[in-house]
Amino acid sequence: MIPTIGLEVHAQFNTRTKIFCSCALRFASPPNTLVCPVCLGLPGVLPVLNREVFRLGLRAVLALGGTPSKTIRFDRKNYYYPDLPKGYQISQFADPLGHGGFVEIAVGGKTKKVKLNRLHLEEDAGKLIHDQVPDKSLVDLNRAGTPLAEIVSEPDLDSAEEAYAYLVSLKAILKAIGVSDCDMEKGHLRCDANVSVRKNASDPLGKKVEVKNLNSFKAVKQAVQYEIQRQTEALEKGEKLFQETRLWDDARGRTHLMRSKEEAHDYRYFPEPDLVPFSVSQEDVERERAALPELPAAKKARFMKDYALSEYDAGLLTEEPKIAAFFEEAVRATTDAKTTANWFIGSIFAYLGAHNLNIDQTRLTAPLLADLLRLVKEGKVSLQAAKEKIFPEVAEKGTSPESVMKEKGLLQVSDDKALEGWIAQALDENPKVVADFKSGKETAAMFLVGRVMRKSQGKANPGKVQDMVRKALQA
Amino acid sequence: MNLSQKTAFELAESCRAGKCSSEDILKDLARAIEAKDSSIKAYVRFDAKKSLRRTVSKEAPLYGVPIAIKDNICVENEAITCGSKILQNFVSPYNATVIERLLDAGAVIFGRTNMDEFAFGSSCETSFYGPTRNPHDLGRVPGGSSGGSAACVAAQTAIAALGSDTGGSIRQPASLCGVVGIKPTYGRVSRYGLIAFASSLDQIGPLTRDVRDSALLLKVLAGGDPRDSTSANVPVPDYLSFLGKDIKGMKIGIPKEYFKKEGLSPAVEKAVRQEAAQVLEKQGARCEEVSLPHTAFAIGVYYIVAPSEASSNLARFDGVRFGWRHPSTGNLLELYEKTRGEGFGSEAKRRIILGTYSLSSGYYDAYYLRAMKVRTRIKQDFDEVFKKVNVILTPTSPTPAFKLGEKATNPLEMYLSDIYTISANLAGIPAISVPCGAEVRDGKSLPIGLQFMAKPFDEGKLFQIAHAFEGTRI
Repeated sequence: MIPTIGLEVHAQFNTRTKIFCSCALRFASPPNTLVCPVCLGLPGVLPVLNREVFRLGLRAVLALGGTPSKTIRFDRKNYYYPDLPKGYQISQFADPLGHGGFVEIAVGGKTKKVKLNRLHLEEDAGKLIHDQVPDKSLVDLNRAGTPLAEIVSEPDLDSAEEAYAYLVSLKAILKAIGVSDCDMEKGHLRCDANVSVRKNASDPLGKKVEVKNLNSFKAVKQAVQYEIQRQTEALEKGEKLFQETRLWDDARGRTHLMRSKEEAHDYRYFPEPDLVPFSVSQEDVERERAALPELPAAKKARFMKDYALSEYDAGLLTEEPKIAAFFEEAVRATTDAKTTANWFIGSIFAYLGAHNLNIDQTRLTAPLLADLLRLVKEGKVSLQAAKEKIFPEVAEKGTSPESVMKEKGLLQVSDDKALEGWIAQALDENPKVVADFKSGKETAAMFLVGRVMRKSQGKANPGKVQDMVRKALQA
Repeated sequence: MNLSQKTAFELAESCRAGKCSSEDILKDLARAIEAKDSSIKAYVRFDAKKSLRRTVSKEAPLYGVPIAIKDNICVENEAITCGSKILQNFVSPYNATVIERLLDAGAVIFGRTNMDEFAFGSSCETSFYGPTRNPHDLGRVPGGSSGGSAACVAAQTAIAALGSDTGGSIRQPASLCGVVGIKPTYGRVSRYGLIAFASSLDQIGPLTRDVRDSALLLKVLAGGDPRDSTSANVPVPDYLSFLGKDIKGMKIGIPKEYFKKEGLSPAVEKAVRQEAAQVLEKQGARCEEVSLPHTAFAIGVYYIVAPSEASSNLARFDGVRFGWRHPSTGNLLELYEKTRGEGFGSEAKRRIILGTYSLSSGYYDAYYLRAMKVRTRIKQDFDEVFKKVNVILTPTSPTPAFKLGEKATNPLEMYLSDIYTISANLAGIPAISVPCGAEVRDGKSLPIGLQFMAKPFDEGKLFQIAHAFEGTRI
């Protein structure tokens, strides 16, 4: 069976205010405090487009290689739900802001351009809260009127892995161009997946199943995987599939039917009469094109070339623009791209992940990182001490690695005399082990290294100790 | 003299000169309302003690003048019903832009006037709060939907009032009640705070006793508004300066299609086509026959476009966040069905269903899209005619006021009473209705109105010719 997948991503713009009124966009505010008559949909109000949303949307279209529409128009999508204050959503239907374009992904060492169908602007709905008052649902309209870009791919993805990679790449692009913060936990990126399977590549596409309620990239991957398997098994058993909408149950790891095609809404789209269409000027396009930074795919290629990084490492370092910028600054300070990259992919990412921080929320700076790397290179501290004891202090407090080293007494002893003293003691105290070594038991040397380390209270330079212990035994 | 009989222009001057105060005017109005409104019922709410005003300089154009407001225009911290049960107990937390402008111009906001529910109607009979009656004959309707505003201005229970016009809702009641009503160019006056009926057609405008007051009020109301994207940033001329200008050489087009209609009262036809045209020619204007070939489609187009937009605009009245909610609702669907089923009157439901149908998938192209195309043709008709003439002269309504209940059971016949006014909304052009005579029916003298139409943003020309015409009758 051949799976075909298309994704619809809703990305929240990082504007200061909502799309059709001047209410602030802020996460986790008390319910119904970021509202005004316009986003509450009170009788008599009218929407006025936030021009910043148009500009950022245009920038996204250009970054994704799409063609901007000549005229900006909005439509009304009509349906009833308590979180939709006006009884319609202002969206773009007939004439989206952007047509076409692509997102480049890399899966299994192969790159692929995933084609896009469209990018359009729309407003978000509010939220229903079901668990605060028994038998009642509450409505919070803080989110109503939040500007969104809906980015619809062509059915151009062949696997769950590709779907995942698509989301990673798309997120990297939207972040890089400063259009969305793409914070999944804050719902900045939401995704629906369309999945179908067919027997042969020459067959028409199978029945399209839309999967909703995908709250993480991982959920998208799992849900797509699940759907491909479910549909494949159904077809193999000779069952019929239907066009329908299904919900992903993250806890149980499966999808279940939400509504069939017959129950689908008729949204009764028509042109929004409250907003006047306007032309996209060449100046608008040129201004946003000029505002485009180096895009993640180009940056990745450059990292591979300039810093001799693997594709995988370069990909990790260019996913988040702030990380990429920090990395480049750090390399300038350390002049050692390979070691710096290892530090990022090892310690720095682990630290950020564990504390749920972005790089600019730490006190780490490129010079501090360079200092730390220098201490290791010069043999003043062990790599382990640098990673486990010094780095967290530097990242948290911004103190110099040298002073942390001193304060914690982590300076390695590399002085030959001191080391020779501890080694002589260790050999004297363990004649049996020495004898074992001489009779060919290689591991005996490691025991003696451990003894020396203990005598030095861990401060001895372990590399040097190893060399010297061997020399002493062979003498 | 009773102050309630004076015009806004006169009263602003008197207040400025210290000859009277807005309290004096309100007192006289309250007395008049007490005497007459229990039978006319132009007001849904009136409290002489509760009026709204701002401190402004004496130069303010409406200094001290009380203005009545149609009950679909939002006033901060005041109830607003749109003549519907579904907005019971709703209080608006904000002012419509026109209210802000009136207050800044020194006007005193008082009293809310009755209307057809959500402005759906031409008789003021579909209001949840009961019908308004025509002051010239209490057995007849005042027209609609701004029937309350027209009736109170005619009955001298208001000096002037705001109305709204989607297909004739200012002009037709002005005509039936014998007052002046103007529907400005689409975009001339901000719609922010006007509870929308059909967004691409709605305009707010004044109903006044004479043309001078109409010009005075429109000058205050007009102008672009950052809160309304469809409002136009076109400079607002001093409309008063057009009054008294002679109309020598002005070209008046008389569209032949407007006089072929069945149902056009012979008295109305005579008053407009013969008498009014003659009077205007005597002043040096030239009348010529013109053609608006797509006129016949106007009603059909209107009853697709307007209900389509209305069906969407009225979706927010669902009982969830504000207004009336049915007391016993089990689940969400029931909340919607019972609230909307019982909250809306039958004409509102009829139009919601019409609009929902014409926007439905599979019907959209045949109805809405085609209607929009014909709408463009109707607009082009006017563009062509305005290359040849300065204004167009037509009747405002085919008949004088009809009887209460006469058309209430026949929606199609009711819709036809807007046959002369709808095209101006579809084309977005300004149009004014001015009294031009009377027809005696059942022993009562009923006003007849004529309508002048002009090209977009040419309201000045409308005031010029309307004022010239009015001058021959006083």
